[in-house]
Amino acid sequence: MLQSTQAPDVAEQMARRARWTPLEIAFWLIAFSTIYLLPGRHLILTEIVIWGLFALSLDLILGFGGILSLGHAAFFGLGAYAAGLFAKHGIITEPVLALIAAGLVATVVGFLTSFLVLRGSDLTRLMVTLGVALVLRELANRYSGLTGGADGLQGVTMAPVLGLFRFDLFGHTAYVYSLVVLFLMFLLARRIVNSPFGLSLLAVKGNPLRASAIGIPVNWRLVAIYTVAAGYAGIAGGLLAQTTAFASLEVFSFDRSADVLLVLIIGGIGYLYGGLIGAIIFRLMQDWLANITPQYWQFWIGLVLVIIVLVGRDRMGSWIKPLVSLVDSLGGRMRRASATRSEER
Amino acid sequence: MSFTPEMSDESSYALETIDLAKSFGGIKATNQVSLRIKKGARHALIGPNGAGKTTVINLLSGATRPTAGRILLDGQDITDREPHHRVRLGIVRTFQINQLFGDMTPVETLGLAISERNNMGHDWWRIAGNKPVIVDEIGELLNRFNLRDVMGERTATLPYGKQRLLEIAVAFACRPRVLLLDEPAAGVPDAERDSILETVAALPADVTVLLIEHDMDIVFSFADRISVLVNGELFMEGTPEEVAADSRVKAVYLGEGTDA
Repeated sequence: MLQSTQAPDVAEQMARRARWTPLEIAFWLIAFSTIYLLPGRHLILTEIVIWGLFALSLDLILGFGGILSLGHAAFFGLGAYAAGLFAKHGIITEPVLALIAAGLVATVVGFLTSFLVLRGSDLTRLMVTLGVALVLRELANRYSGLTGGADGLQGVTMAPVLGLFRFDLFGHTAYVYSLVVLFLMFLLARRIVNSPFGLSLLAVKGNPLRASAIGIPVNWRLVAIYTVAAGYAGIAGGLLAQTTAFASLEVFSFDRSADVLLVLIIGGIGYLYGGLIGAIIFRLMQDWLANITPQYWQFWIGLVLVIIVLVGRDRMGSWIKPLVSLVDSLGGRMRRASATRSEER
Repeated sequence: MSFTPEMSDESSYALETIDLAKSFGGIKATNQVSLRIKKGARHALIGPNGAGKTTVINLLSGATRPTAGRILLDGQDITDREPHHRVRLGIVRTFQINQLFGDMTPVETLGLAISERNNMGHDWWRIAGNKPVIVDEIGELLNRFNLRDVMGERTATLPYGKQRLLEIAVAFACRPRVLLLDEPAAGVPDAERDSILETVAALPADVTVLLIEHDMDIVFSFADRISVLVNGELFMEGTPEEVAADSRVKAVYLGEGTDA
C-alpha cells in the first residue's frame, strides 16, 4: 500500500476507542447465555434490558452530548403509547415494524424539542426537559379516549414477532426479542460514538468554544444526538408496551425520568455500558431489597446513590482497573500470539 | 484614529476590519479599529495589558459579536458568520490558555479537525480513522509539529510545551488562510520555547498570520508589520523599525513592558 510508514500506527491510535475489548465480548456472551441459563428469570431480565436501553439512550445525550435531562421519559412514553396504539388498532401489527415506527415517532418529537435544550444552563435544560415530559403526560391524560387515561391502554394484543415467535406467558419470547433489540441498538450506538461524529460530540461536550473554533457546528451536533437519543428512548418504551401488552401514564412520569438518571449514574456515564450495568444493579437491588424491606427499599437505593456520588465514579472505576487491565493484557497477548502464528504460516 | 485608505484592490488584503467596535456596558473594549492585513503578512498586534487584544481576536473569530463595524476576509464580509462557519471560510485562531480536549489524544484531536474540514464531521456510520487520506495527513501534522512521540497520550497529561504545539497544530489542521495566534509561547518554559517559535516561523508563507503577543523579542523577530493597540484603539501601525523608534510607543508600551 502507498502509505507513509507511520500511517498504520496513526490509524490504530485513531481507531483506539472502537476496538472491542475481551471484557465487552464477555459481557455480551454472558448476556446471551442467560437465555438458556436463567429461563426462570426472563421476566425480570426483560425489565432490566428495557431499563438498560432507556439508560443507554440517556447516556447518549448526557455522556456524549453533555445535556442533562430530567424529562427523558417523555420519549419513552411516546414510544410506549405509539407501540401500544399501533398494536391495539392494528395499524402496524408486526412488532418489529411497529417498534421501528414507535422509535420514529419519538425521534420526530425529539428533533422538534431539541431546539429547546440548545441554549441555557444545566438548570434551564432540566426545567425544559421536565416541562416537556409533564406536558406530554397531561396530554395523554386529557385525551383518554385515545390513551385510556388513568386506566392505561387496555386491550393490546400482540402479533408474533416477525410473524413467527408468539409472546408467551413466561416471557421467553419477550426476553429474547428485547435482548436482540438491545444488542442491535447497542451496536449502532457504539458505531455512532466511535465515528467522526461521535468524536466531535466528545469535543463539544469537553469544550464547546474550542469545538466551534475548529469548525464544528456545535448546535447541529447537539440537535442530532438529542434526536437520536429520543429515538432510542422511544424504542425502549415501545419494547415495554409490546412485552407487557400495556401502557399507562406512568411511562411519562417524573419518577421514571429520575430513575433512569439514577440507573445511569449507578453504572457510570459516557462509556455506553453504564446504562446496562446500572440497570442490572438497580433492578436486582430493587428486587432484593424489596424482599427484605418491602416498604423501605428506596432508603437503600438512596444510600447507594449518595455513596456513589460522594466517592466518585472515577475512584470506583480505579478499583476495578487492575482487573480490566489484566483481562486486556491477557486478550492482547492472545491476539499477538495468534497474529504471530498466522504470520509463521 | 483612522488611516487614509489607499486606492488598491480590496482582495489584496487577507483580513480587514472597518471601524470595529465593541462595548461591554459603558466600557469601550474595542473602539474604531480598522486593521488591514496583507496576504501572506506576518502581522503582529501588540499593546499593554488591558489594551483589548483578546477582545479583537474574539471579534475576529466570532466568539464575540461587535457593537459596530465590519470584518472582511479576502474581501468577503464575515461579520455575521457563526464561529464554526468562519473556520470553514479560512480564519482560524489559537488560544492563549490551552483550550484543548483533555480526554482526547493528539491523534484524535487532529483527526477531528481534519474530518470537520473535509465535511466528514457528521459521518456517523464509519469508524473514525478508516480513511487513509486523513490518517496520512494526521501523520504529516504530527511530524511537522513535533508531536509524534506523544501522539497516543491523553492531551491533559502532555507537557505544557507539547500542548502549545498541539494548540497550533489543530488550528493549522483547519487549513487556515488567516491564522490568529494568541500568545503562542505564553507560559512555556524556556527549554521548550524555541521549538514553538521555530514552528511558528516555519509556517507556510501563503498563510497570513496575525500574532497577538506581549513578548517583544518574539514580535520583533517574527513580524514584518506591527499594529499597536492602546485602550481599545489603534495607536499606530508600522514596520518593526518604525514602531521601535516611536517614542510614544515606548512611553505607553515598551516602558511598561520592561516589568513583564
